[in-house]
Amino acid sequence: MPKRDDIRSVLVIGSGPIVIGQAVEFDYSGTQACRVLREEGVRVILVNSNPATIMTDPDFADATYVEPITPAVIETIIAKEKPDAILPTLGGQTALNAAIALHEQGILAKYGVELIGAKVEAIRKGEDRQLFKDLVIQAGAEVARSYIAHTVEEALGYAEDLGYPLVVRPSFTMGGLGSGFAYTPEELRRIVGDGLHSSPTAEVLLEESILGWKEYELELMRDQADNTVVVCSIENVDPVGVHTGDSITVAPALTLTDREYQRLRDIGIDIIRLVGVDTGGCNIQFAVEPSTGRIIVIEMNPRVSRSSALASKATGFPIAKIAAKLAIGYRLDEIPNDITGVTPASFEPTLDYIVVKVPRFAFEKFPAADARLTTTMKSVGEAMAIGRNYTTALQKALRSLEKRGSSFSWTPSTEAVATLVERASIPTDGRIVTVQRALFAGATVEQLYEATGIDPWFLDQIVLINEIAAEIAAAPELDADLLRLAKGHGFSDAQLGELRGLGEAEVRAVRHALGVRPVYKTVDTCAGSSRRSRRTTTRPTTRRRRSSRATGARSSSWAPDPTASGRASSSTTRACTRRSRSPAPDSRRS
Amino acid sequence: MRAREKAVLVLEDGRRFSGQAYGARGRTFGEAVFATGMTGYQETITDPSYAGQIVLQTAPHIGNTGVNDEDPESSRIWVAGYVVRDPSRTVSNHRAVRSLDDDLETQGVVGISGIDTRAVTRHLRDKGAMRAGIFSGADADLEAHDQLGLVRESPEMTGSHLSTAVSTPVLYTVEATAERIGSVAIVDLGIKAATIRALAERGFDVHVVPESVTAEELFALDPSAVFYSNGPGDPGASDDHVELLRAVLRRGTPFFGICFGNQLLGRALGFGTYKLPFGHRGINQPVLDRRTGRVEITAHNHGFAVDAPLDGPVETPAGFGRAEVTHVDLNDDVVEGIACLDIPAFSVQYHPEAAAGPHDSQYLFDRFRDMVLASQRSKEEAIAVEAEPQVTPRDASPRQGAEAAGLTSGTEPAAPTQTGKDA
Repeated sequence: MPKRDDIRSVLVIGSGPIVIGQAVEFDYSGTQACRVLREEGVRVILVNSNPATIMTDPDFADATYVEPITPAVIETIIAKEKPDAILPTLGGQTALNAAIALHEQGILAKYGVELIGAKVEAIRKGEDRQLFKDLVIQAGAEVARSYIAHTVEEALGYAEDLGYPLVVRPSFTMGGLGSGFAYTPEELRRIVGDGLHSSPTAEVLLEESILGWKEYELELMRDQADNTVVVCSIENVDPVGVHTGDSITVAPALTLTDREYQRLRDIGIDIIRLVGVDTGGCNIQFAVEPSTGRIIVIEMNPRVSRSSALASKATGFPIAKIAAKLAIGYRLDEIPNDITGVTPASFEPTLDYIVVKVPRFAFEKFPAADARLTTTMKSVGEAMAIGRNYTTALQKALRSLEKRGSSFSWTPSTEAVATLVERASIPTDGRIVTVQRALFAGATVEQLYEATGIDPWFLDQIVLINEIAAEIAAAPELDADLLRLAKGHGFSDAQLGELRGLGEAEVRAVRHALGVRPVYKTVDTCAGSSRRSRRTTTRPTTRRRRSSRATGARSSSWAPDPTASGRASSSTTRACTRRSRSPAPDSRRS
Repeated sequence: MRAREKAVLVLEDGRRFSGQAYGARGRTFGEAVFATGMTGYQETITDPSYAGQIVLQTAPHIGNTGVNDEDPESSRIWVAGYVVRDPSRTVSNHRAVRSLDDDLETQGVVGISGIDTRAVTRHLRDKGAMRAGIFSGADADLEAHDQLGLVRESPEMTGSHLSTAVSTPVLYTVEATAERIGSVAIVDLGIKAATIRALAERGFDVHVVPESVTAEELFALDPSAVFYSNGPGDPGASDDHVELLRAVLRRGTPFFGICFGNQLLGRALGFGTYKLPFGHRGINQPVLDRRTGRVEITAHNHGFAVDAPLDGPVETPAGFGRAEVTHVDLNDDVVEGIACLDIPAFSVQYHPEAAAGPHDSQYLFDRFRDMVLASQRSKEEAIAVEAEPQVTPRDASPRQGAEAAGLTSGTEPAAPTQTGKDA
């Protein structure tokens, strides 16, 4: 199926204001969509209320409306521009909600405008918890088990089956009123009692707790011929309980066997089919119980998401761009892989490197905010780094936060091990550094696993970093082999200086004298296996969800396509081992 | 921290990559190939198709989930050597019972870690798969010149007949795990556990027979179908298996082949095989099923391929009627599947059994089951009409089988069904 010739003009809905939880990733995806559609000769009409976006710059659309994203305004635009179709899947939840409202108010039908990318039915199935639950079960997978209770006694009975702790959610209350975790029967009595009181229907939902389970995400793409690929797997280092946007995440997933990964893949593909995401991307989140491997589907987003942006950068597979092409009728095998140039987009990228994303918080600007991380997203940005192994990527990402104290350091701790472990048990900004200090102070992997639920593999990697730090500190001299070892695990010159009692500049001078320099690798989608690779970006970049233009922060394009946004500082392939050429702020403050 | 013991990977063309000793210490030789799967190292190293090969994993962290007793594809590790970047120091998985290091050491597999796997991959991609050696322990101290000499004295993959080494020495049977529909005889050229499982799950009693089986011995089992497995070596060196397969095809017994089995079907039909420059080894290869237009993401592990015309059905040079290429790799147009149009036989170059890899192509086992069922039906019907001379059982049954399994396109229902019903 080549491009549809009945779509000559498309209305793209942007994501509006940049807020915590929905940010510049949707400017990126929308910008990609506009660019692709115009390249395909489609007239692009754009609506976005936020002028501080790249997509609203001149030349990205044929007609740009900086207007509120409301049904009434969009109707006026539709009446004037008469688009053949609306593409709502690249503008985040704002755009999807607008599309649903347009459908419900009969505006789409009135003007004969088609929704492309996702149908109303598919959007509903993704959003409606009961519909989605039914679909998951139909796909042979599980959701968290739950019961509805009308009395305290009934609730206590169900709790026997669900086990403690469990989640209590009163029905039809606003803002989570009366909900909470019950760890004991006594707490359950109290919470259910309150919940029944506050629920207008006098019922509460009891749900098994998946707190502390391992969390994974898959990014999938599907075309209208039902070809489906998994672009990327992402593993959350912080277990369930911390919002994905606030968790340190890593791609690809590192603690799954093939059997377990393929099970997630099978479920993901079944769900994208059952939900009916005809064309484009979707994101599915899973929880896996670490001691049994039991899998629960948490949720799915039938649209390009925050994780899609990460996955695009991580793999070199431009999800937003390809989603736009799929929306106008192309099949995956008709779209070339931009990076190899010779193979089609109907493939699954394979990584021979590790990508780590670390959230950036700004609690100092919100003194009243509770800094404890929960299922509500609180981060205001994130840094992503690529390295040839996890230790390198993690250390580079932490440096890229450009925040004092966010990198590992090995000065002797004044706090007791028990205090550090205790502190690490509460997820908050910088917990990873507390974990590292606790391990360095002598806490065991078991203790920290108990306290944090972070997989022992990730904890052992921090132990490895600490061991290398100790080796560096104890070595008679900083020779080339030792420097190579340190750089191979992401140590900055500043960190080496701290360990050796030298200045950063001195370490660098020694390193250069010994000829230890960074090497560069490309993000090539295929682990070096395809010949005609084109150079692309692998530079660690910090991005703020507050518009990078407005704050003047370093901006970055997520587009793997080197022709992407001229504004972006990408397309310089730097340091898979580390960045060091310029006096970058991140290496000074480590 | 474990002491860093040096080791070296030496390629036949003289390139050397130094790293650390990993697994057993000593020396090993084989054809250097790279595998790009990000999961499934345990399935990979136990896959008999990797016999005689030094396998490099492009995924940087290997061993994270340890080793369990459910995932191996055979009873031992087959890779001749193992090249990784960052071996895991710990094991993290609820099913793990041992570490990968333990298995490599106890099974005497010499490996090397700390290698710039991207650099080696690019080198092999540009120069092609080649012989290599890993030297660790005392052998790491040999002169570079001597190490290279040893690599160059080791056997080449082209012309290698490795089936005997990997095949079962005796016949064994795995019973059907679903309602029984018949039996399949697997000629074991390096069979994987996942394939046996997939066939048993589709109602076949699975007889796994040694690769040295004769036609008489094979037919004495009276199998409903014959299957050729994946396996190591050069298909050009397996004339014995090609002749056996021709006997199967002449008899009209339904046939399905995977990987090496695909190459042997190609040869049996009279097509050639050739060595790919650096092979396909990974779990992300897009393959087009030309009959449905669907793209499958598939697991591959092959260094050789069938040389058959891509454009439409052709008469098979060996006289088995028409055949066509049914599957092609979208990355490089390599033949990934062939099917006979006049006899019930088809094969694929990739791995529908997955393990490791995606499950997109499991339908091929269903297609095989349907082909066998259709063949059985038409055989019964043919027997019923045996008195009528115009339809001979040999003509009728195979054709019917192929069609019912969706293996022929757009032909009229075959005559025997009609005749059968009338009778």
